[in-house]
Amino acid sequence: MAKVAYYPGCALEGSGGPYDRSTRALVKVLDLEMTNLADWNCCGAMEVKNIHPMLQTYMSARNMAIASEKMGFDTVMAPCNGCYHNLKKAEYECATSPEAMQTVQDLAQKAGDPVYKGDVRTIHLLEWLMEELGPEGVKQRISKSLNGIKIANYYGCMYTRPRQIFPEKDQGPGSESTHKPHFMDDLLAAAGAVNVDFPLKTACCGGAHTLSDSDTSTQLVLNILQAAEEAGAEVIATECPTCHSGLEMHQIRAETQFGIKTRVKILYFTQLLGLALGLSARKLAIHENVSDSLDFLHDKGVI
Amino acid sequence: MPIHEKSLIAPDQIMTSDKLVVDGVDVSGHWNTMIKPRYISDYDPDFYKTIQGYGGGENVHRCWQCGSCTNACTMYAINTDFNPRYWIYLVNLGMKDELLKDKDIIWQCVSCNKCTNICPKDVRPEGVMKALQHWLEDEGHTPKSTSTLFDEEFTRQCLERGRIEDTEVIANFFKKSGQDLVALVKNGWLGIMVARMNKWPLLKEGKIGKFLARMPITGPVKMGLMMVFKPRTKSWGNTGEVLRQYVMEQKAKAGTH
Repeated sequence: MAKVAYYPGCALEGSGGPYDRSTRALVKVLDLEMTNLADWNCCGAMEVKNIHPMLQTYMSARNMAIASEKMGFDTVMAPCNGCYHNLKKAEYECATSPEAMQTVQDLAQKAGDPVYKGDVRTIHLLEWLMEELGPEGVKQRISKSLNGIKIANYYGCMYTRPRQIFPEKDQGPGSESTHKPHFMDDLLAAAGAVNVDFPLKTACCGGAHTLSDSDTSTQLVLNILQAAEEAGAEVIATECPTCHSGLEMHQIRAETQFGIKTRVKILYFTQLLGLALGLSARKLAIHENVSDSLDFLHDKGVI
Repeated sequence: MPIHEKSLIAPDQIMTSDKLVVDGVDVSGHWNTMIKPRYISDYDPDFYKTIQGYGGGENVHRCWQCGSCTNACTMYAINTDFNPRYWIYLVNLGMKDELLKDKDIIWQCVSCNKCTNICPKDVRPEGVMKALQHWLEDEGHTPKSTSTLFDEEFTRQCLERGRIEDTEVIANFFKKSGQDLVALVKNGWLGIMVARMNKWPLLKEGKIGKFLARMPITGPVKMGLMMVFKPRTKSWGNTGEVLRQYVMEQKAKAGTH
């Protein structure tokens, strides 16, 4: 069993709190082993690279260096798409550009930080669960079926794009697809959900400009919400705190600014999986989501 | 989705005649549109080098104009004036004036990376969009976009403490971009969101039991504590200072601001 260093990142410590809590609850009930990444820093999110790309590369590499040099881990696990993407990007940049690697190492020495050597891999929570558990594992551990809840699985941008930085994807059966990702579909189907045919799995929610260009973001989120409803979904399952907050925020904004109301519920995939594994809605912090899905889950006989 | 290239032809270059016969063929009106040729002499052949000096613009010269970026673009689907392929074309030809016609929308790139994902030449168009945005702002063609103001506030906190704090980013961003956060909470969507997050509507409806069962506690308490005791990377030391120094050196070297 792979030991992983858990990198929650800024969002999961703040507005994405329910994702952090449901992740920890899930990992505990599954007896998986993870240790908090010690004294981590922000990965740079979507903003820092716009000031200078090397800032993001360095800040992300610094986290990986903490895992290997300070903790002796060779794997960092991140549930946030943004963190995951940035660490993968840094891994890619340093592996393909000797200059980038040299700059990262020079900066680390200058700052007295642990030095990144390229010997750490980053995986997404979804990938870790597929490795450690997989759909078969879910079926064995399931204690309460999701009772055919109709789910649109929404993966967002950062989990699959650009494909160049994810060399382990698109490697045939068993691997994740950048074109049509399915790991979340696989796990939730095993938990008793019905995945609808959702065409906007990897569409953009406008998360990068959620506050700086809100009308555009509302428009992009509405595409996603309406396409999900059109496909017959009752719930959109998310795997990224920025996407999740964006969907929740702009669902309300679409209502107040444009008078367009959508009913689809928004839940983290960890919350749905946790319910199937017998965890309580409270332990999974479902009541702390903005999108209130408790009545719906109750009606469906899931809680 | 088709790519429209109307902007390549300026409207005043299109000729229409009420009555025109050429070699015995009637070409009156619009049916056989004729376009006046134009000669462009005010271009800057080194412009692409300027853009290469900005972070993200390094590969702009590699483009062979296949149009995959525009075809895949999230923003193009909303607004057909948003045309990364065309802007990259203008950069490589050095046609700044033509580029300036779209100066107010370039910053709207949402960084979804569909273009960089599909580009067969590794131009990384998403980075080129950011490079263009910064060039426009540096040269004073546009004021700092709200996107840049957000990036700056976010990066400031990262360099200072190693981590950001949600509410501080939001409050300072609203202040710097001249938006009234208080009004948005009091009578705008943000207030409605905060109310729904805290499940206050249930309280208003008199559903006290439901309200108590759903009222969030851990999240708001944690966020409140972080507002007071800012999250900080303890080992951050002078890392922020080293990075700030590095960015200054790089910008001086590239001749960008």
